[in-house]
Amino acid sequence: MTATVTEPRAGARPAPVLHGYRFELVKLLSQWRIRLLLLACWIAPAVFVAAVSLQTSLPADTVFGRWMNATGWAGALVVLDFSCSWALPLLTALVAGDVFAVEDRLGTWRHLLVAVRSPRRIFVAKTLASLTVILLLVAGLAASGIAGGLAAVGNRPLAGLDGHLLAPADAAGTVLLAWACVLAPTLAFAAVGLLGSVALGRSPMGLLMPALLAFALQLAQLLPLPVAVQLALPSHAFLAWRGLFTSPAQAGPVLIGLVVSLAWAAAATALAYRLFLRRDFTDLAYDGSGRRVVAAAAVPLAALVALTVGVIAVATPATGSGIEKGKLQGSLATAYAHLYRLQTQELHRPEVTEAQLGAAASCDKGGSRVADEGPGNDWRCVVSWRLPGATAVGSAIYQLDVTADGRYVADGDGPKEVNGYFQVRTPNGDAPNPLWQFDGNVDLLTSTTKD
Amino acid sequence: MRKTDTHESPAVRARGITKSFGDVVALDGVDLDMASGQVHGLVGPNGAGKTTLLGLLLGLAVADSGRLEILGTPVGRTLAVPDGVAGFVDGPGLYPSLTARQNLSALASLRRHDAGPAADVGDALEQVGLTDVADDRVRGFSLGMRQRLGLAAALLTRPRLLVLDEPANGLDPAGKHHVHRVITGLAAEGTAVVLSSHRMDDLAALCSDVTILATGRVVFSGPVSKLAAESGELDYRLLTSDPAAAHRLAAETPGLRVVPGGDPGRRADAAAVVVRGPVEALDELVVRLVGAGVALRELGPVVTPLEAAFLALTGTGVETGVETGAETGVETGVETGVETGVETGTVPAQTDQEDPR
Repeated sequence: MTATVTEPRAGARPAPVLHGYRFELVKLLSQWRIRLLLLACWIAPAVFVAAVSLQTSLPADTVFGRWMNATGWAGALVVLDFSCSWALPLLTALVAGDVFAVEDRLGTWRHLLVAVRSPRRIFVAKTLASLTVILLLVAGLAASGIAGGLAAVGNRPLAGLDGHLLAPADAAGTVLLAWACVLAPTLAFAAVGLLGSVALGRSPMGLLMPALLAFALQLAQLLPLPVAVQLALPSHAFLAWRGLFTSPAQAGPVLIGLVVSLAWAAAATALAYRLFLRRDFTDLAYDGSGRRVVAAAAVPLAALVALTVGVIAVATPATGSGIEKGKLQGSLATAYAHLYRLQTQELHRPEVTEAQLGAAASCDKGGSRVADEGPGNDWRCVVSWRLPGATAVGSAIYQLDVTADGRYVADGDGPKEVNGYFQVRTPNGDAPNPLWQFDGNVDLLTSTTKD
Repeated sequence: MRKTDTHESPAVRARGITKSFGDVVALDGVDLDMASGQVHGLVGPNGAGKTTLLGLLLGLAVADSGRLEILGTPVGRTLAVPDGVAGFVDGPGLYPSLTARQNLSALASLRRHDAGPAADVGDALEQVGLTDVADDRVRGFSLGMRQRLGLAAALLTRPRLLVLDEPANGLDPAGKHHVHRVITGLAAEGTAVVLSSHRMDDLAALCSDVTILATGRVVFSGPVSKLAAESGELDYRLLTSDPAAAHRLAAETPGLRVVPGGDPGRRADAAAVVVRGPVEALDELVVRLVGAGVALRELGPVVTPLEAAFLALTGTGVETGVETGAETGVETGVETGVETGVETGTVPAQTDQEDPR
């Protein structure tokens, strides 16, 4: 028989949630694994950022990596990008993915039930305690990355993903906002961890669930999926924060990412709660790996994805992959103009504004036989501009590698005097020509008229 | 100090309790009565349903059918830990990364609001003899130390019903002494204690009453003294200065039989003689041995009377040389069945075929 759990009868009051929360927190923090994680999250990013920022070879394949020796804020964003790919799903797996399963391994469920007297309060206390530890870990990653960057490089302006410069104060605010934004998908993965921990018990699959989900979603994001599907995935908010570093900010994907993540957090937590209250703790053979349990956890989440895809497809103008020729041309021209102005300042040439340059771009994907849309590394663009007082129109060629999430890397292909590789002497030391290679980000949601 | 009040409602009153897990019937019409201040033993072979019954008392499960009252309050059909009940089943739940003191402090914090002023953690540790290791992590504790810590955890809430599953597991003599002292002390203060154990010496030393379960059914419930009488004839082992003479005299003593093959539960000992018969015949043998000038060095039952009764009642005594009631003519209740109203100290006698359901 599976007993239905209700509140205990009068006279047998359950322990207050605060007491249970404190107990769960003590248990978590007494584990060496958690202590080591906390130590690593509060120290390792600072050491990494400080060490890498002082190198000549920078992690240019990571967003903002090429700016690490230009400003301390870039290091924090490199840590953020790495965390979104690997660290945060793994941390949520190790904390939330184990918070219920550990009682199965230790055989302490009965003891805990007798002590707390309310499965509901046990669930709440465990959830809050694991979220507290996860927040401590995320705070450590953010604070440590920022501290390492500021200590090693300094509080300097940051070039955004459209090339515009953010003053140090603006950079600080936006970096903190970006870290705050990834809390939502972190909560979603933590909830999936809770669900795995409840549903799969002592099985190691429960512990791995957030990490496996993150891996599967990363693979999916490499595919040219329709933009509605991409935005409906709970991991999208781990990428959408990049849109905060353009002017104006790409708020649509950020907001959708936050809503989708919070919906996943709520749904997975509710499913975990439901499964937990239905569990028969007297059944010593329980290992949580029953097909019904897995189905009860997986099917509703799959339904949530389907529902979200439908809502996004109807409510937003985005179609196809979201990567269109017009968007790419606009983004590239804007970034080029901003960075040209930066290059002009670094080379001590006469000041010029973006409006004066009137930069425009013309892009083609893979020649005339390939449609000019979608991700790929076969985009070729020509940027043209005009200097004030000059009659000739300048042009520069770029090869673009555009990924399905909207990020692109523009690689200068001549003329070498404009976008070739050469060192520029800046007040803070030598740096590569800012027009040589740079990152950009296309807003997947906006719609443009076809060229 | 609380006094035992015999006019109080019973600590436990169960009637017709049935509990199944899928196709497995763990408890089948179990009746149980426990008074306050009583130490009640729950024994039975592995899989008899002891842990399931203890789980019901702790509120970890609900019965499929039957009525259960704990400390005068009926237990409903929903999971709820009854007020005033503490204990553990399947070993105490302890967190290895915490120290003994941290484990108890956390528990005290969780229960303090409900149980009134909780016993001091230090006092509880002292009672079970763990003061010296109070600040050591439980990870390094032996099984016996964990058992004692589990008992200390139960003491914190000042329970009126204490439920202990195999509390003597892994205990060394000193630990056993601590545990026995705590249990008898609690009973003297009016706490009802129900404990399961496979160690008959513990049960004999601690329990005033005992319930024997076999395949989910009660086969005996009553005072330990009455249970011992159910054992019938016992095997006794003699060690003498002249085994050959002892063997001859035992064979000649009326009412005694020499058990061939000796004691099957022990290593072979050529000097030992095992005999079976009533106590009066054994007295006569001692007189004859002394008269013949044979020194008697050791005389004792192969198994204790309590253990013999247990083996006989549960039908597991054949291999250990204990005669069942069928052989000795003693009504042992091996023919188990669901009785419709167990009276304390009686042996249910209905068979499965006679079960009116």
